[in-house]
Amino acid sequence: MKKRFSIRKLLVIGFLTLPAFAACYPILFLLAGSLMGRDELKANLSPVLSGGTGFIRWSLLPAYPTLREWVRLLLDTPEAFVMFWNSVKMTLAILAGQLLVGVPAAWGFAKYRFPGKKIFFTVYIILMMMPFQVLMLSEYLVLDGMRLLEHPLSVILPAVFSTFPVFIMYRFFCGVPDAIIESAKIDGAGHLKVFLHVGLPIGSAGVISALVLGFLEYWNLIEQPLAFLKDKSLWPMSLFLPNIDLSRAGLAFAASVSMLIPAFFVFLGGQDYLEQGIMAGAVKE
Amino acid sequence: MKLGKRTYKRGDLAGLLFVLPSLLGTGIFLLVPLLDVVRRSFSEAVSGKWTGFANYQAIFSNPAFLLAGKNTIRFTLVCIPILLVFSLFLAVFLHRMGKTGSMLKSAFLVPMAIPAASVVLLWRFLFQPQGLLNGLLHQLGIQGQDWMNSGYAFWILVFSYIWKNLGYDIVLWIAGLSGISENVYEAARVDGAGEWKCFISITLPNLLPSLFTISVLSLLNSFKVFREAYLVAGNYPHESIYLMQHLFNNWFLDLDLDKMAAAAVINGIAIFMLILLLKRVWESGDGAG
Repeated sequence: MKKRFSIRKLLVIGFLTLPAFAACYPILFLLAGSLMGRDELKANLSPVLSGGTGFIRWSLLPAYPTLREWVRLLLDTPEAFVMFWNSVKMTLAILAGQLLVGVPAAWGFAKYRFPGKKIFFTVYIILMMMPFQVLMLSEYLVLDGMRLLEHPLSVILPAVFSTFPVFIMYRFFCGVPDAIIESAKIDGAGHLKVFLHVGLPIGSAGVISALVLGFLEYWNLIEQPLAFLKDKSLWPMSLFLPNIDLSRAGLAFAASVSMLIPAFFVFLGGQDYLEQGIMAGAVKE
Repeated sequence: MKLGKRTYKRGDLAGLLFVLPSLLGTGIFLLVPLLDVVRRSFSEAVSGKWTGFANYQAIFSNPAFLLAGKNTIRFTLVCIPILLVFSLFLAVFLHRMGKTGSMLKSAFLVPMAIPAASVVLLWRFLFQPQGLLNGLLHQLGIQGQDWMNSGYAFWILVFSYIWKNLGYDIVLWIAGLSGISENVYEAARVDGAGEWKCFISITLPNLLPSLFTISVLSLLNSFKVFREAYLVAGNYPHESIYLMQHLFNNWFLDLDLDKMAAAAVINGIAIFMLILLLKRVWESGDGAG
């Protein structure tokens, strides 16, 4: 009886590992490609590059791994370097802004009663559900009126006031026990002190969850810079990558991996928070 | 708890101060734009003259709008049910597997961390006319396709959406599954219920409340699939994946502002209604069950 069970279990694991491997395969693909070296890539891609017949070849791992394309990306491609830093700056600025504005807002919504709270919060939820396309035109006009177009702030500012992180952090702050807040108040702590010394430490998981989800979102920005930034020197890496021609596949691979690495480390370090953040979005109203 | 009392203590107003910076910014960058879209949808772009429903009439006879609308609806109707069923299926197994299960779950979450721009490179390798997929088919003696320039592009997009969101939905389902008490299952097993019977009459009904939120979140995530579609195929992809966002981008580039405003309002209303409808359906489901 026991033995049959374990065989069945092994079968299930084997059966589930296949899609799990498929889910992760792109990472392996990109890594392999970035280490492949120019000649091997050229040989693999020759049917496309030379316009001949036949098909692209690919092997799971590079035959002659080399870091050459990495060096080329770092030293010989200033435009890639600029765009990588554009991505970094944009993402960090957005997240810093969300911390500064969104965290107190989430605390206010979670722990205070004030006039209009219910209406405001409902509006926040509705805004959270609207895709970019709905707001794109008027956001453009507002930004134009403020003379912010063609400036990184045109992407950063609207994102700072995104209502999604407020909603996520609100969920966590609601879990801070009122009794602790009351006792801090009795000890003479003011509103700010309660927020900084009671709310933030207890709700920190929510803040980190919102940051992890936010990083993965803003590291990937496509639509906003595409609409608000015409000047390519301001573009983030995510817009630059698809424009690399396959004849420069080595560079495309190295650049892809350079995008992947920060996101992957945030994922590894923040996976628990990522899961908590995902679940916080789903708790029933 | 003083329910229904409409007076606020001085301390409560401190809450408003916490929220105020966010309210101001959200008002300027999101709410005012939203209201402005509604106003614009009823007026002419250049003169700002009130035109009633003329813009709406214009978009509903616009072939590009109808195509994009049809594709977007089709995409939503196809990919969300597949995602929900497939992720539930995996979640049920992973939930019961303990440590191995949570490792595999991590693997399914990995796609969330892979930037759209990076994965597009793999797409280009796979789906080119001379790409890896056709190479594989060739070896099997099957004639290949120009995948991205055929109706298959739609299914590639569906696949990409499912690949990206599987882990997200698995996490949500597992959260729902963990909420079901083990005692209920034991009681049913004592009564002689098998695995399948347990799943149908205990697991599924108990997951019904989660279904609403998971559907809504999957819907919201489905808008992001435009990124992959745009990155791999640009402004004018194969007509089967010409989505609402493509249309908005193109109208934006052409400065078709009044059509854009009307279409944005229709989009917003459609999303809002859909979510209300889902909520309605599931709440009435709760009442009956």
